Amino acid sequence: MKIVVCIKQVPDTAGGVKFNPDGTLDRAAMLAIMNPDDKAGLEAALRIKDADPENVTVTALTMGLPKADAVLREAMAMGADDGLLITDRVLGGADTWATSSTIAGALKNMEYDLIITGRQAIDGDTAQVGPQIAEHLGLPVISYAREIQVEGDSVIVKRQFDDGYMMVKTKMPCLITALAELNDPRYMTPGGIFDAFAKEITVWGRDKLDVDDSNIGLKGSPTKIAKASDKVAKGKGTVVTPDSPQEAADAIAAALAEKNII
Amino acid sequence: MSLEDYKGVFIYAQQVDNKLSNIAFELLGKARELAADLDEKKVTAVLLGSEVGGLADELAAYGADRVIVVDDPALKDYRTEPYTHALASVINEFKPEIMLVGATAIGRDLGPRTSARVKTGLTADCTKLEIGDFPLTPVPGQEQKHKQLLMTRPAFGGNTIATIACPDSRPQMATVRPGVMQKIDPIKDAKAEVVNYNPGFEENNCYVEILKIVKEVSSVADIADAKILVSGGRGVGSKENFKLLEDLAEALGGTVSCSRAVVDNGWMPKEMQVGQTGKTVRPKVYFAIGISGAIQHVAGMEESDFIIAINKDENAPIFDVADYGIVGDLNKIVPLLTEKVKAEKAKKA
Repeated sequence: MKIVVCIKQVPDTAGGVKFNPDGTLDRAAMLAIMNPDDKAGLEAALRIKDADPENVTVTALTMGLPKADAVLREAMAMGADDGLLITDRVLGGADTWATSSTIAGALKNMEYDLIITGRQAIDGDTAQVGPQIAEHLGLPVISYAREIQVEGDSVIVKRQFDDGYMMVKTKMPCLITALAELNDPRYMTPGGIFDAFAKEITVWGRDKLDVDDSNIGLKGSPTKIAKASDKVAKGKGTVVTPDSPQEAADAIAAALAEKNII
Repeated sequence: MSLEDYKGVFIYAQQVDNKLSNIAFELLGKARELAADLDEKKVTAVLLGSEVGGLADELAAYGADRVIVVDDPALKDYRTEPYTHALASVINEFKPEIMLVGATAIGRDLGPRTSARVKTGLTADCTKLEIGDFPLTPVPGQEQKHKQLLMTRPAFGGNTIATIACPDSRPQMATVRPGVMQKIDPIKDAKAEVVNYNPGFEENNCYVEILKIVKEVSSVADIADAKILVSGGRGVGSKENFKLLEDLAEALGGTVSCSRAVVDNGWMPKEMQVGQTGKTVRPKVYFAIGISGAIQHVAGMEESDFIIAINKDENAPIFDVADYGIVGDLNKIVPLLTEKVKAEKAKKA
């Protein structure tokens, strides 16, 4: 059984947001990490492999700048068998349509039974690339996976909804998008890190992809950015340090009364 | 097929168990505003499901001029493939200029798959939609298109804001974050034109099998609907200490909510979480108690009318967004405030 896990290197928006002196986001200074949902997807794949190490292979795939090979090394240090980096200048500036078309273009030239992606990346938060890859490949998709089990040639997935969950079954090949809540990913091991750096990472450029030129890069992206700006905090209100808790309570009550809340 | 053949604003009227989701009404409210700025004023709701025709009047009351109903047993419970087939078929047949879908756990699955099938762009999780020019200002050598859908959304965990257009393909599609757009006051006895349409459903490899459906219905009120939210963070200190906040919420007639740290600590259930990975809320009053104000939290509550923060750290970022900030010990202040609120209410009763 061949599993391909799509992972993305993202700036760590949760902990390490850095700003330039002019208030814009300093992306260069932000730590690059493996996207959390993707890491959970990778862990899920590695657990399937743990259960049947002889017959399961896990390939980590990413698309990005050449430096994104770091995230593949991390995946391999965690236990992925190999890594594939899709990188080419003509692929830059892609929106989710072009990104999913590009990755599907690589997958068309690969063997797989199961594709796992993260639900969404913490830089874009779109949750679109996984389902769109599945559409381009004509595969069933199960999004928002909270549990994944393999049973023969099928997968059984606990699919999260806003008001509960569904247990869903489908035959492979298929694509699953993973929630970070799926599991606690393992750490890299020293031996794993050593092995990861001893191995070659496969690098594919545009010529290795089965995709039309009209569907890649900035030109192949139907959505266009009209404006992007770093967020400006709204004006600061009143902040007071009352002398006593009673005074604080009275001040809040007065503010609520003024707003006709009490 | 030219872009001009695509007309009208369509919304996906999400229903679960044959009950319309709030997001359907919110989208209709927004669709009416957008349509007012377009040549085609008609607002259409697309209703997919099994035996759902009875919901058309409710959609009319919230602003739908027309309801396209795809009613088929294949659509009984949400599954990606038959729903995508239905929505993509409606788009190909009726050619909307704009197609809005809620950014729910259903819409964020249906939207991307449908946009890929009809070959158009999709902008995720929008918090603002308007009609305007693209590019925003004229650029030499580039045609400026008018009456385009401008879709604004946060990215980088709420640290940046981007406005996106889809100038060369139709429909212009967006998923819209729940709790952000305003629904209209329902119009009594409103009727919509109802169009029944069925593209035919044939099972294929993409039809998944549903083994079990489990509702995790909570007994608690939906925080997105609350007028007053008393929200607690890590600073509350323990699960037991949330009693202080519950008492205050009860005195005010409000609801308790929380930050992500509280859910991670297991003090409160996930459905009470406000923020980027929780719910977006905009109550009349939002208390941020013992919440430091990480940007991911702020992204979910900054549209509240009046924000009151209590925190012992005077440098907490929550004070940058609070309308009224109190530096002090919540353990002492909150119980006194509860008593004060009770006393004031008793006085007025």
